[in-house]
Amino acid sequence: MATESMRRAAARDDAEIARIANRLRRDVVEMLTAAGSGHPGGSLSAADILATLFYSGEFAFDPADPKNPARDRFVLSKGHAAPVLYALMAQIGYLPHEELLTLRQMGTRLQGHPDSHLCPGVEVCSGSLGQGLSIAAGMALGFKLDAAHEGAELRRVFAITGDGELQEGQNWEAAMFAGNHGLDNLVLFLDLNNLQIDGHVSDVNSIAPIQDKFRAFGWHVIDADGHDVASLRAAIAQAVAHTGSPVAIACSTVKGKGVSFMEDRCSWHGVAPTAEECERALAELDAAYEKLVNGTEA
Amino acid sequence: MAKATRAAFGETLVELVEEGFDIMAVDADLCGSTTTGKLGASYPDRLVDVGIAEQNMIGVASGLALTGRTVFTASFAVFGTGRCWEQIRNTVCDSGLDVKVCPTHAGITVGADGATHQALEDIALMRVLPGMRVLVPADFASAKAAIKLAAKTPGPFYVRLGREPLPEFYGDDFTCDVAFANVVREGTDVAIMACGVEVAQAFEAAKILEPEGISAEVVDVMSVKPLDEETIIASAAKCGRVVTVEEHSIYGGMGSAVAELLSEKHPVPVKRLGMTGFGQSGTAAELLAHYGLDAAGIAAGVREALGR
Repeated sequence: MATESMRRAAARDDAEIARIANRLRRDVVEMLTAAGSGHPGGSLSAADILATLFYSGEFAFDPADPKNPARDRFVLSKGHAAPVLYALMAQIGYLPHEELLTLRQMGTRLQGHPDSHLCPGVEVCSGSLGQGLSIAAGMALGFKLDAAHEGAELRRVFAITGDGELQEGQNWEAAMFAGNHGLDNLVLFLDLNNLQIDGHVSDVNSIAPIQDKFRAFGWHVIDADGHDVASLRAAIAQAVAHTGSPVAIACSTVKGKGVSFMEDRCSWHGVAPTAEECERALAELDAAYEKLVNGTEA
Repeated sequence: MAKATRAAFGETLVELVEEGFDIMAVDADLCGSTTTGKLGASYPDRLVDVGIAEQNMIGVASGLALTGRTVFTASFAVFGTGRCWEQIRNTVCDSGLDVKVCPTHAGITVGADGATHQALEDIALMRVLPGMRVLVPADFASAKAAIKLAAKTPGPFYVRLGREPLPEFYGDDFTCDVAFANVVREGTDVAIMACGVEVAQAFEAAKILEPEGISAEVVDVMSVKPLDEETIIASAAKCGRVVTVEEHSIYGGMGSAVAELLSEKHPVPVKRLGMTGFGQSGTAAELLAHYGLDAAGIAAGVREALGR
């Protein structure tokens, strides 16, 4: 199937995407509890962004073949959010759902940070922060050349970085490069939850004004509510329609979103829930799911 | 005619395109020095200059490799392996990408630029990486062969290239394979194992030693990883004593690799000649002589190893 028709085939409505994102969060909580370690905050922060991208109708993937050459590409630069990516790969059908509970265990395909040799749908090993944007920019340039020389359908490259991650200097080498090369098939989500391991990003080493920084590097910047499917969907549509420069979608997010006692707490960056915390988290998420399905709490 | 191994780089890239290979090169503001500019002059879309940004150079090369191309990276060896080592480790090697790290200006023969620009740790840095193959060609012809071998063999490679023009050592018909070592001179008393610029120096050292009654074998250990274990062990077994020589730190370089192999599989006394600290400014010839890495210095090292 060609790229554009794959994009259209994947499209779901906003309500269904919101339900999918809720189920991804549920999976993340269960996976981390079973693993006994991992990073809940950053996965929960990015769940709506990933779900909306994949089911927006603007991102091409083939549920029957994760290696379909006509697919668009997604790079999880904030590789510690691997659990939400794995949950999405299971949602698509690249992994059996029950395999999610093998996260971080000896011999698993679901390594602590994404491994492209092991997990279907993972394009490149990631997790060492600051490297994804360079890789995505190289991919975007490669697809531009394919389109120019071989008449190939222009494939899009999407990446996501955390906000603490933007302190890594390599991002700015890559941002300069992508801007100067006018890579308008490249879209970067900024997951701006303002938390990193040592505290608030604004306290540790502020990246503000992040939108202005990207604009200064030749990017088009769109603001979005990173937990609102309609807002994200509109931003993605604008981003792919934009020509002449790469696009950053600045997503305001809450680390730990969807689990009240994890929200906006940097202590939940890298610890797994206990069994009791897991139950409370799942109860909250299931109640939210009921509301999404029925419009009321169960 | 004397030609630098770096001169083989751009020329070979052009040949690879003409042979039908879908290759690209990514450089970091050194397209003239590394000679990747030759590729860009013939095929502008196949050369990307990221500016002075080696970490991004590796990332962009990785992304291009993920779109189905074989990608060569350049810069100087200090920056092209050191500044971006972790990118090479975690993106290129962990993902097993078709990226060939081929920076130039390795070793003390960089000369006048001095210590900051003389890569003496690059073999060690690359050798330690899982999945990385390491080739150190000795002259222009072997550099061309090494670059072509890297292009034709999937996965990560490091090819160590130098600045200084070197006399022709091999002919144009030189060929090599992965895990290549080559006995370039037969001997019986000591095996001098050398790589890169030191192969020709070791060959001359053997000539100096011959009238003294020392029969030195000379082995070109072009492939530092993987090693040609059979050739190296056979030579060590025959001679019973080994001297290694490289324009690189003795810690972690080719000499270390040979000593590791021999200590496990055929223990013989091994003396390592190379660098133990930073270099300095000077001409390539002056520096090789100063650090005991020219033919006279190697000959002295061999005498010492033999207790003469």
